[in-house]
Formats: sequence, structure tokens, C-alpha cells
Amino acid sequence: MRMVFAFLAGGLFGAGLYVSGMTDTTKVQGWLDIFGAWDPTLGFVFAGALIPMAVAWRVAAARRGAVLDGAPLPAAPDRRLDRGLIIGSALFGAGWGLVGLCPGPALASLGFGGWPGLVFLLAMGAGMLAAPPVRHRIDRRAAA
Amino acid sequence: MQMEWIYGLIGGLMIGSAAAMYLLINGRIMGASGILGGLIDRSGWSNGAERLAFIAGLVIVPGVIASLAGGGATHATTNIAVLIPGGVLVGIGTRLANGCTSGHGVCGISRLSPRGIVATLIYLGVGALALGVLRTVLGVI
Repeated sequence: MRMVFAFLAGGLFGAGLYVSGMTDTTKVQGWLDIFGAWDPTLGFVFAGALIPMAVAWRVAAARRGAVLDGAPLPAAPDRRLDRGLIIGSALFGAGWGLVGLCPGPALASLGFGGWPGLVFLLAMGAGMLAAPPVRHRIDRRAAA
Repeated sequence: MQMEWIYGLIGGLMIGSAAAMYLLINGRIMGASGILGGLIDRSGWSNGAERLAFIAGLVIVPGVIASLAGGGATHATTNIAVLIPGGVLVGIGTRLANGCTSGHGVCGISRLSPRGIVATLIYLGVGALALGVLRTVLGVI
């Protein structure tokens, strides 16, 4: 059952990305293009996404575990603003601005995005593979 | 053109509902970079099948919708000198930060997580800056 609901959640996420236009890099870059022809669509997508999720966190706070099998729900958020978060978010933002794809839409557009999307996804996978040693170095520097 | 914000809002509600469903039913945070990254660096292999099922839905459903709708296009650049560094930066950055637009943006901000809010402000700011410099100033993308 976990697999079925994971597939359904992934599918609804992908459908939402498609419907909202977030698999179209021109709309994403349009939102980031505050010095050019600014496109407000992404703001509406965020607003729409935050509403059900804010309700879901309220519901989760009143529950002991997941509906399916009572598995523990995510712990309270980590409050540390460490170097990994700051450096990583800056690197991510730069790549996102460059191409207009982030991990969700990169996967959601795999079926229709053609070879550029595949090249981006493979490069993203390589970056993910390279991350653990980089994180290790950042942590070691922070500790020193 | 003027109707596009409605599609944005409807699509956003679908994205948020998917995240709500994954949280309440499966007990997990719906973060695309974390779900994929855990498979790639093996840190998430203990629940790998659930991750694969999520990714299968995320790839197949919009693919089917796009083909029924007669296409679908990302309009992504075809310049590999932009695609490859862009992909590497997104991959390494989201894993160092432990989240991307879905995990930090949607799931984090909706519970007022300080990390989610800070991460989102940084990637939005740097994204706008990178695009501004490369497109408006240098005219290369």
C-alpha cells in the first residue's frame, strides 16, 4: 500500500507541476527575471501549494502516526542554519536560474522534455553523487 | 495569457495536496531532491522501493498527460555548456542544503521552518541574480 500511495502522490505532484506550468522553463525563469519581463505565475503556484500543506501540518500535529500504518510522522523542524544550507541553497539557486529546472520538474518533464531535460537530469544526478564528500569537507571546516 | 495564474493556482493546490497526502498517509516529507538523492547516494536504500514508486508516478503521470494534451514542452536551452553546469549546481546544491523547491519551499515554509524559509530566500535571490547577470547584463542565456 505504501508503494501505491507513493505512486499516487508522485503522480499528483507531477500533474500539478504540469498544470501549473512549472515544467516550462520560460515560466520559471520568467518569475526569476525581475530585471526583465517578470511572470508572476510561480507566486500563485507557491500560494496554492502552501494552503493544503499548512492544513496538513496542523492535522499531523494532532496525530500520532501516518494514516497507513502508524509510522512516525516527521520530527519537529531542525532549526540550525548551517553552512551546508546557506552554500547549498546558493549553488542550487544559481543552477535553477541558469536553466529554469529544479529537481521535481526535471523528473516530471522527463517523458516529454527531450534530450536537454535528460542531459540536465544526468548532470543533476552527478551533482547529487558528488555532494556527500563536499558536505563532509564543509562540516569539517565548520568544526575546525 | 491572463488565465495562466489560475492554472498556476490550481496546479499549486494539486502540488500541495500531493505533499499533504504523502505526509499524512505515508508519513513522509515530499521533497523531490531528497527522494531522488537518497537513491543516488544510497543513503535512502532502506526505503528505496517507496522512493522509486514516488518517482515513477512523478515521471509517468505528467508524461501521459502531456501526450494526451498533444505535446508539452520545457523550452529548456539546448546549450550543453549551460545545461550541464546548471544540472550539477542544482544536484550538489539541493543535497548540501537538504532540500529544494518542494522540500524547503512547500513543505518547510508551510510549517514555518526557519531552514525552509532561509533556504527559499537564498535560492530565489541567487536565482534572480544569476539570471539577471547572465541574461540582462551579459546576454549569454
